[in-house]
Amino acid sequence: MVTTIDRSVVGQQVKSESEVDLAFVRVRNRANTRWRELTAGDTPWFKVGFGASGQAAGAQSVYDALVPFGQMGNGNVTLSKVGPRGPMYLEPTLEVTVPGGGTVIHGNVDAKMVGEIVAHYADDRDSTPLHPSAFARIGNKDGYNDGLPRWRDLPVNLPQTKVLTRNFGVIDPHDILQYIANGGYSALHKALASMKPDEVLDEVKASGLRGRGGAAFPTGLKWSFLAPSDAPVKYVLCNCEEGDPGAFNDKGILESDPHLLLEGLILNGYATRSTHGVVFIRQGHDLPIDATRDAIDQAYELGLLGTNILDSDFSFEAEVSLTGDSYVAGEETAMMEAIEGKRSTPRFKPPFPAAAGLWQKPTNINNVKTLSYVPSIVRDGAEEFKKTGTDSSSGTALVCLTGKIARPGLYEVAMGVTIREVLDDIGGGPAEGSERIKVLQTGGPLGGVMGEDAFDTEIDFDAMAKVGCILGSGGIIVGDEKTDIVDLIRNLVAFNQFESCGKCFPCRLGNTHMLDVLDRMCKNESRPGDLELMEKVGTNMKIGSLCGHGQLGYNPISSAVAYFGDEFRQRLNGELQPSGSLGDGIMLMPSRTRPVGQGGA
Amino acid sequence: MAPTESKSSAELRTQIRGALNGQTAGKERPATVTVLSSLLAVQDDLHYIPVEAVEEVAQYCDSTINDVWSVASFYTNFRFSPPGQVTIDVCWGPTCHVMGAQDVLRAVHDAMDVEGEGTTEDGKLTLRYSTCLGACGQAPVIARDHVLRGNVTPESAREFVTTVSKELDNGYHH
Repeated sequence: MVTTIDRSVVGQQVKSESEVDLAFVRVRNRANTRWRELTAGDTPWFKVGFGASGQAAGAQSVYDALVPFGQMGNGNVTLSKVGPRGPMYLEPTLEVTVPGGGTVIHGNVDAKMVGEIVAHYADDRDSTPLHPSAFARIGNKDGYNDGLPRWRDLPVNLPQTKVLTRNFGVIDPHDILQYIANGGYSALHKALASMKPDEVLDEVKASGLRGRGGAAFPTGLKWSFLAPSDAPVKYVLCNCEEGDPGAFNDKGILESDPHLLLEGLILNGYATRSTHGVVFIRQGHDLPIDATRDAIDQAYELGLLGTNILDSDFSFEAEVSLTGDSYVAGEETAMMEAIEGKRSTPRFKPPFPAAAGLWQKPTNINNVKTLSYVPSIVRDGAEEFKKTGTDSSSGTALVCLTGKIARPGLYEVAMGVTIREVLDDIGGGPAEGSERIKVLQTGGPLGGVMGEDAFDTEIDFDAMAKVGCILGSGGIIVGDEKTDIVDLIRNLVAFNQFESCGKCFPCRLGNTHMLDVLDRMCKNESRPGDLELMEKVGTNMKIGSLCGHGQLGYNPISSAVAYFGDEFRQRLNGELQPSGSLGDGIMLMPSRTRPVGQGGA
Repeated sequence: MAPTESKSSAELRTQIRGALNGQTAGKERPATVTVLSSLLAVQDDLHYIPVEAVEEVAQYCDSTINDVWSVASFYTNFRFSPPGQVTIDVCWGPTCHVMGAQDVLRAVHDAMDVEGEGTTEDGKLTLRYSTCLGACGQAPVIARDHVLRGNVTPESAREFVTTVSKELDNGYHH
């Protein structure tokens, strides 16, 4: 269903500042009152880190154990589920904001400890010691907890620059007032009160922001394809399909700070004079879905979405659209097919989305992270934004560091920081039981792998591309000396084969063919010429596929051969034991299949 | 997930229509309804797509049975027979792979007495390999009806399956 909004007035005039100002001041006053109640009252505020990762670490049982402590001191204890702060090796985390004393963060909490932890905050703090799970503090009015290191001084935090993750773990993602109290929606207010749509667009252009979904296309330029159209209905879509295994930063934003994305989406709508926004998420990821739906409902309630936002002339509608399980649905034209309810297979281009996209209307598609930078660009200006990062890649990168690393987590670094700094300074080097970091898999299953020679590469779109890898979705999967390269590549190619949508036969058959070859290599049944065969198949996929899924499908193999050619040759010569946990060379993989062909819908 | 009792075709259709209408009923703002959103709504409610649902969705969306099948058969989350009482997902993605997911999978196979994805003979447990559960910081990860559990070992995964199975024997309902 499509509601039509009269476009003739949008962008033509800016309402007098005072009306928009009044509307926003009303909202912000409410927010500030709410924040004072939470942080300056008589009772402590307990926050349990609760992203997908926190949940996997046991955060629910910690939360449940806290519920009985509803009353403390003079009033009700506030108990919130917040997003992850980043360091996932410390999860589950419990953060306690003490009235007049700053905040203490406890790590690796389990339900059994909760009673002892709470005792300190419930009793006279001097008589009951702080529980040893406390590892950091934020602020310490009156010298409280001087003995704990400051949060920002932890080795894991020192190398980070937080733009997108500033509110992670700090605010309750289900409370719009907490976002506003921390500066939220002030960029939207600024835009509506004092900037024309073109001025917002110019600011985004000047910021040098490049798309964070993988292709690194200049965001302002993309927006400028859509802005001039006077069509009565125009869409801006936010892509949070995030099917890349090893990546969870898009979902991380929605779990921790969904209004940041929503404000960016509304600004995208304003700058391009669009009428409708859609946030596209894969079904089953309940935490980000629920947080985003709540965020949209709350924004409507406060007049930040809908007709005449903040009493301005700008109107904009937004909703969440869910997709079924399909990796290719993350490709922008396939995504539009999925929103229209069809099989998510890529469309031919042209027409490009800006001309005829969702429901054949002019459309713009951006990744979650890309849009989430926009509020800070508009609020602080492009020049301020560009102070972080490199000449060709402005801003920061969200890195999902996982695998055989001592400190896995979701981290944010300025572009230009080297991969080695991320591994050593933030990640703390190899995991316990690992001797050295041998391989990194970056940019999702269509990205590549890199060996130690490339660890001094800067995190920057162009620098990464030069060493045969992509920054892509920001996933960095760490393998140690025991990681079997050919077996790891088989896992990636098996994923790509499983997820090929089937529309283009070079991708559909090519991935199957390459998987066959890798499978027999892992079983020590290689045939002469197997490497050349995969190269030939991969080249055909690159030429003959409509979208990146087929075009990039050979990347994992070509990059692995470049860095670990010896291991491939040893497999070809039968010099290694068959891979796999039982030494039989077998890898278990999903048996569900996707029928081939284009289908009718 | 509730255990699926055998229902008559007419009862199924009533439940399906309820799920389809639930997409718009009582909503403050118009929601976009498509074949895919309708199929997702049905599977959320029934936990699978019975043949009746394909017909009902076609009618509800002014589409055809052929087109609805085309969509339903494409997305790998849709299933066409009732799942077990509890679905266990084991992550098979590259982070979990590096952290030992293949050993976890074999242990789960053993504990469930299955040889791959599917449902146990007694209809209690369904096993799925997930391509990524999104909690890679705690790899390897498994899930029980979408509730995640990280840092599993083959031993703890085996114990996990046994515990779920015992709970079902004792009349556990989610």
